[in-house]
Amino acid sequence: MSVDYVLFGGLALVTILSALGMLFSRNAVYSALYLIFNFSTIAVLYLMLSAPFIALAQITVYAGAIMVLFLFVIMLLGAEQRGQAVRTWWMQPLALGLAGILIFEAIYLIFTHRTSFPPLRQAVGDLGNPLQIGEQLFSNYLLAFEAVALLLLVAVIGAIFLSRGRKLR
Amino acid sequence: MDWASLAEWTLKSFALIFALLGGFAYLTLFERKLIARFQVRIGPNRAGPFGLLQPVADGIKLIFKEELIPAQADKIIFILAPIITVVPALVIMAVVPFGPPIQLFGRTISLQIIDLNVGVLYIMAIASVSVYGIVLAGWSSNNKYATLGGIRSSAQMISYELALGLAFTGPVLLTSSLSLAEIVEAQRHIWFVLYQPVGAFIFWISTLAEVNRAPFDMPEAEQELTAGYHTEYSGMKFALFFMAEYIKMIAVSAIAVTLFFGGYRGPFVDQVPLLGPIYFLLKVVGFLFLMVWVRATLPRIRYDRLMAFGWKVLFSLALGNAMLTALGVLLADMFQNSLWLWSIPVTTIAFFLLVAYLMRGSIAGGNR
Amino acid sequence: MVPIYYYIALSAVLFALGALGVLIRRNAIIIFMAIELMLNAANLALVAFARLHGELSGQVFVFFVMAVAAAEVAVGLALIVKIFETKQSIDIDQLNLMKG
Repeated sequence: MSVDYVLFGGLALVTILSALGMLFSRNAVYSALYLIFNFSTIAVLYLMLSAPFIALAQITVYAGAIMVLFLFVIMLLGAEQRGQAVRTWWMQPLALGLAGILIFEAIYLIFTHRTSFPPLRQAVGDLGNPLQIGEQLFSNYLLAFEAVALLLLVAVIGAIFLSRGRKLR
Repeated sequence: MDWASLAEWTLKSFALIFALLGGFAYLTLFERKLIARFQVRIGPNRAGPFGLLQPVADGIKLIFKEELIPAQADKIIFILAPIITVVPALVIMAVVPFGPPIQLFGRTISLQIIDLNVGVLYIMAIASVSVYGIVLAGWSSNNKYATLGGIRSSAQMISYELALGLAFTGPVLLTSSLSLAEIVEAQRHIWFVLYQPVGAFIFWISTLAEVNRAPFDMPEAEQELTAGYHTEYSGMKFALFFMAEYIKMIAVSAIAVTLFFGGYRGPFVDQVPLLGPIYFLLKVVGFLFLMVWVRATLPRIRYDRLMAFGWKVLFSLALGNAMLTALGVLLADMFQNSLWLWSIPVTTIAFFLLVAYLMRGSIAGGNR
Repeated sequence: MVPIYYYIALSAVLFALGALGVLIRRNAIIIFMAIELMLNAANLALVAFARLHGELSGQVFVFFVMAVAAAEVAVGLALIVKIFETKQSIDIDQLNLMKG
């Protein structure tokens, strides 16, 4: 029982610290690395929530594809050190204050209302089995699946259109 | 938590890691000897009988070499990058079964570290993470050739990952499971390479690109990049990159054997389970021989040709292969007759020839 | 098993941190990464609720969110590269051409 708590506490700490590291790194490459770290720990949390398929998809898609694109763009633009100046001095303290209030409120509400959560369903023997997810995808969510496929196609065409060289025009 | 099974896991993990490290050491010797034979030389033969102690000598040399860290390098990432490269290479084999379950000390021990029901996805996830070591090594060296080499090789790996992922779908569709143990079990009677000749071919080519082996060893193109992402590395840090490449060679050979060549399956494995790992090892060595042979034979491809090949030829082939495989499986399912599965090799080979005919000028020569 | 509301609380904290990132950073790429962090926080909540109800729909939603995030990143980064080409900067305070 307590092993779970220790594991969760450690992972939560790592997630939050790496998110903070992402926000406050001066170098954009470090920000990206912190975010990769954050995504990987969230994948471990998915494993703890008995969602192995989603956990591995998280690593493949976020850590393996999306963040590599971010790193490419940062390295190719040489944008590591840019964008430090903030023109309005009150912006950062205000944002920090607002975020603090938001975090406090969220945690307060969730912990005061924790009894109104429905009880945990235990009948989850094989929750997150890729077979079942596949069945769901191709039956109940077929329309959404096709829509996402179309969206990805449009995104591919859009990205190619935006990044084509000048000589092709 | 059961302590015996914990101990079993730990022992199996250590055994796998030591096997991979020893395999790496002797794979370098194997490659040097073999390339020497291809070039009608003798190869290393001074250290020990037949040069068998050569890896030890190399290791000692590398340990005593001076390690340089460039003054303008990003030190933390520069030191971390080789480690980030090696770790995925070591852990990717965790889901590959080496043999059937054996009886030992009254326990049934499966010769596989863990049988995930998402094993194939695990391989994809680890393969996609292994890009980072290379791109970070290039960037942190603060050297433009290293950065270019790093970005080149990671772009190459990402591009070929698409074809690789689609090649995985063939065995997965035929087995209707993502677990590697079940994929091996489904090949009890027939190896999937017979149903999936084109899939195995695509898998083989894209793994060559994935592990940066010749003829796709772009990041190490000395003429253009002065050795690419590891230009600034020396001593043990360089050895770690070297190690990652060779361990990945072993790993992808093992995965190819598992997916398409029956894994540990072979005659009499059911009667004598210990034959399983032996068959497995023999098949893996066969694949490693092929890899060295390819390196000894083919010249390096130019970078734009490599990307064009990956995206225009290999990717379209892999898409067609996945679709035709799904069609064959569907037909076999509809008519309840597994003979329909033989339509897959027929249609995919026809498709392969069609694509090869259409693309005949665009890769080998001429302008795109 | 850790109670599910711990996961929901963690997800709320991560979401707030992502929102904070959007507010305090001026670098367009960092802002984009903060948005990804917020999407991940939402995903964590969805998977946690899927576990709570013992049902798969939450996980299927997460799958869709990932696909949409991938599409968004492909187009968004292409836009950022274009903006950099024309303005030589990705500081979003510099992007004030629309100001009347």
